[in-house]
Amino acid sequence: MCSAKCNRLGLAFGYVFTLMALIGNVYALHVEDTVEQMAALAYAGSALGVVFAGDFITLFVFWELITLSAVALLFARRTESSFGAGLRYFFVHLFGGLCLLIGIAITVAQTGSVALDRMELAGIGQILVLTGIGLSCGFPLLHAWIPDAYPQGTVTGTVFLSVFTTKTAVYLLARLFPGTEALIWIGAVMAVFPIFYAVIENDLRRVLSYSLINQVGFMVVGIGVGTAMSVNGAVAHAMCHMIYQGLLFLALGGVIYQTGRTNATDLGGLYRTMPLTCAFCIVGAASISGFPLFSGFVSKSLTMSAVASEQMAVVWFALLFAAAGVFHHAGIKIPFFAFFSHDSGLRPAEPPRHMLVAMAMAAFACVFIGVVPGVLYGILPYAVDYQPYTLAHVLEQTELLIFSALAFTLLILSGLYPSELRSVNIDADWLYRKGLKGAMVSLLNGVAEAGRLLDALFHREIPSLLAKPFARKALRLTDRPVGTTIFWINVLFFCYLLTLYLW
Amino acid sequence: MGKKYYFDKPENVRKVLRGLYVVAAFLVVIDFFVPKHPSFPWEGYPAFYGVYGFVACVFLVLAAKHLLRRAVKRDERYYDE
Repeated sequence: MCSAKCNRLGLAFGYVFTLMALIGNVYALHVEDTVEQMAALAYAGSALGVVFAGDFITLFVFWELITLSAVALLFARRTESSFGAGLRYFFVHLFGGLCLLIGIAITVAQTGSVALDRMELAGIGQILVLTGIGLSCGFPLLHAWIPDAYPQGTVTGTVFLSVFTTKTAVYLLARLFPGTEALIWIGAVMAVFPIFYAVIENDLRRVLSYSLINQVGFMVVGIGVGTAMSVNGAVAHAMCHMIYQGLLFLALGGVIYQTGRTNATDLGGLYRTMPLTCAFCIVGAASISGFPLFSGFVSKSLTMSAVASEQMAVVWFALLFAAAGVFHHAGIKIPFFAFFSHDSGLRPAEPPRHMLVAMAMAAFACVFIGVVPGVLYGILPYAVDYQPYTLAHVLEQTELLIFSALAFTLLILSGLYPSELRSVNIDADWLYRKGLKGAMVSLLNGVAEAGRLLDALFHREIPSLLAKPFARKALRLTDRPVGTTIFWINVLFFCYLLTLYLW
Repeated sequence: MGKKYYFDKPENVRKVLRGLYVVAAFLVVIDFFVPKHPSFPWEGYPAFYGVYGFVACVFLVLAAKHLLRRAVKRDERYYDE
């Protein structure tokens, strides 16, 4: 089907990008805002441009187009907070894009080639490229734009946002840096820290954003390990992740569309009147958690097995902890606080049929991949020699999940579970939203003040000082005292003489 | 709101909890009989995944509640001008 020159890695991503663009557009059939429609399509198209690019220049053009269209998508919501989020997204990704561009320039200058080949972290060029890609991936400390921006999109826009930027970055990481050891540790940190935030967040789309970083962490670890199996695992995980994370955003979006609310404090008890949306949400939750018969089970286990066969115990424990954690906040918390939990008193109807159809498509894909993993495995870049449905594996995963569910239930019933609170939790974006802001304001004020001082000095104080002897019977032809003119003519003459002597 | 739904009745909630216990116990029992091919020695311990999942979740929730939330929680309007 595909010639030897075919980019199997990019093709795998390309298939799911296209599928999610279709699902997202079915979901957004009701949207009449041309800005949002165009932004979403441009966004998906740019992502396809990146994964099928064969050289750095093309790559970079589409990379920046991704940023521009994503910002337009955020602006499309037309609220003050989404405008702020869009601006922050723009500047953060401008910085990332600059890192990438400078890194590309240095690398191309060094190697003389614009081909997209694997690189070693040998110099500043490669490090900058990694930083630029990592920012779009959600590397720790460069990640805060994800929980900042994604909840600010429209109901339909965020579905697109959740899919394309981060997975494009994962593709590029897999293409350029497979086997880079630093990625293993970066990915492990990425997989672990967001789940703590997810437990205490109120806005459910923010919870999903943190779980997105957690999942991408798995992929980064897989790329870092670098064996055929682990890169396969990372790609498989990325493909499944796009669908089930998209499904979760689709279901939550349906809830927001019908109730106008997105916070766990304001929702609950919706299973009564939105059973279909609830069911689809649970399918997505089961997939992200890795329940047998769902897509997460056949993809996540590839990465875990690869890490295990490399005997990396610490990373393996971290990823297992992250797996239990993601089940906790995405598998349980999201459906529980949206559809069950306390009765919010809301009895909304199911969202419009096209939105349910989109959810059904994604849910079908999740179950299909879980039940017939061979189809997914056939698309992966390397040959797969892995059997996910062994008795031991099914038992282990189910045990992990059931006991985690038990822990959640007991924590809720005993009252130990942290209550949902209206609050803002500060993350790394505090730095440019509050921390540096004060410093910047002081700096700018200082510069303005210095400007005023210099202006007063050269336009009033010094000229008036020197003009005093000449100003008594001054012919006032202009507003400016003659003294000022004489002063500056003197300065000019002096500079002229100086230049003549020195040259 | 006269119509009663499934979880409005407390005995259904108890049923779910008891169901979880039953499934958990069942899994632990068959854990002893399933042939495993552990990559690490501890994978072979009985109910390792169950215990790890339970402990991890409890640790996660309590750490998030008592450590992270205390450190990062601010008012809802913290970032507003």
